[in-house]
Amino acid sequence: MKAADFAYEKPDSLDAALALLADPDRDASPIAGGQSLVPMMNFRMAMPELLVDLNGLDELRGISADAGGGLRIGAMTRYSALEASDLVTERAPIIAMALPHIAHAAIRNRGTIGGSVSLADPAAEMPALMLVLDAEIEVQSAKAQRRIKADEFFTGLYETALDEGELVTAIHVPAAPSGRRFAFYELARRHGDYAMAGVAIAGTGDALEDPRIAFFSVSDRALRARGAEAALAAGDVEGAIAALDEIDFAGDLNADAKTKRHLAGVVLKRALGRL
Amino acid sequence: MSDTRTIRLTVNGETGSYTVPVRQNLVDFIRNDLGLTGSHVGCEHGVCGACSIEVDGDIVRGCLMFAVQADGAEITTIEGLAESDRGAALRSAFSARNALQCGYCTPGMLATALDYVEAGGAADRAAIRAHLSGNYCRCTGYQSIVDAVCDVIEGRVEA
Repeated sequence: MKAADFAYEKPDSLDAALALLADPDRDASPIAGGQSLVPMMNFRMAMPELLVDLNGLDELRGISADAGGGLRIGAMTRYSALEASDLVTERAPIIAMALPHIAHAAIRNRGTIGGSVSLADPAAEMPALMLVLDAEIEVQSAKAQRRIKADEFFTGLYETALDEGELVTAIHVPAAPSGRRFAFYELARRHGDYAMAGVAIAGTGDALEDPRIAFFSVSDRALRARGAEAALAAGDVEGAIAALDEIDFAGDLNADAKTKRHLAGVVLKRALGRL
Repeated sequence: MSDTRTIRLTVNGETGSYTVPVRQNLVDFIRNDLGLTGSHVGCEHGVCGACSIEVDGDIVRGCLMFAVQADGAEITTIEGLAESDRGAALRSAFSARNALQCGYCTPGMLATALDYVEAGGAADRAAIRAHLSGNYCRCTGYQSIVDAVCDVIEGRVEA
């Protein structure tokens, strides 16, 4: 239950961090808040040769309004900073709804949005929120910067569209159309634990036009339920729940795939009740 | 041979320089190198909360930071809280309510409860439970812990 040996660097600029991460001769891992990575290192599930600590990079922190009514959130922004932000509550209310369910205060004081998005833990809330918000993930390598749509970012179990040496630098949340409504619901054994199943929903107006439904903790990744979205767009709640059969449910230590299928319907129904 | 670094930090008001292996976690450094054994080590993966300490004014998991990451930080452990007036009322209330139980989780519970009380938290049992939900009590003495926190918030306890 102690991390294996590693080398440690704490660069003082993004360029220096990217240069360290680009070194082909060293298996380097960035560390943001470390609230998932350190347990993985303690369990020896992760054994990086070099840890590149991003905590000195103020340029990766901060929440700012963009001119189009959206938000830019620096990757190293901690959950506690998101909780304290009126901008987040105004412009991305579903993030504010989900935050109290993300672990505990002591963990939210360290954990970061970029760390969660990069790790792509199937049980984490943040990837599903990115899908529902139609967010874009800004990434940078020593050579180039690009933006990746959330829909293309989460590709598998702890797998993302990030290339070698690329680092998530910010999250862009587009402005929500007028009348956009959001709901979030998760079932957990203990408040703050990883959910047994969770869902985030958005839809516009009373008719819930352009619905987006994203589940977490039911499969190998956070994912949209497109069949359920289509049914919901037609006002068919039972049809939306039936359409969840499209999901490739995966069991975990707490529940098998069949139970996850059932719980997905439960959380969807409860979330719809909160819209 | 472990890679080492020299760090400088302030713990409970005392500043010093220390050479630490970079793989050493912060709570092990506090316990083993500084001899401040009030912070406990339970699960070592961020679940139990026994290692909760303050770093630069925020409670964090001492097992989920490496000591090297605390370079330049100001840390308060349960010993530091005991030496100051902060948390004195909570200590009295825990004692009066028999919320101490075996004591293993107590330093983390006190640090987490203090975080709630100092932030102006209400004497709302559900809210207190939610805030303390990241701390395990292996004696399952939660009722009396919530009682003690309520007592402090409602002013029923003299420090």
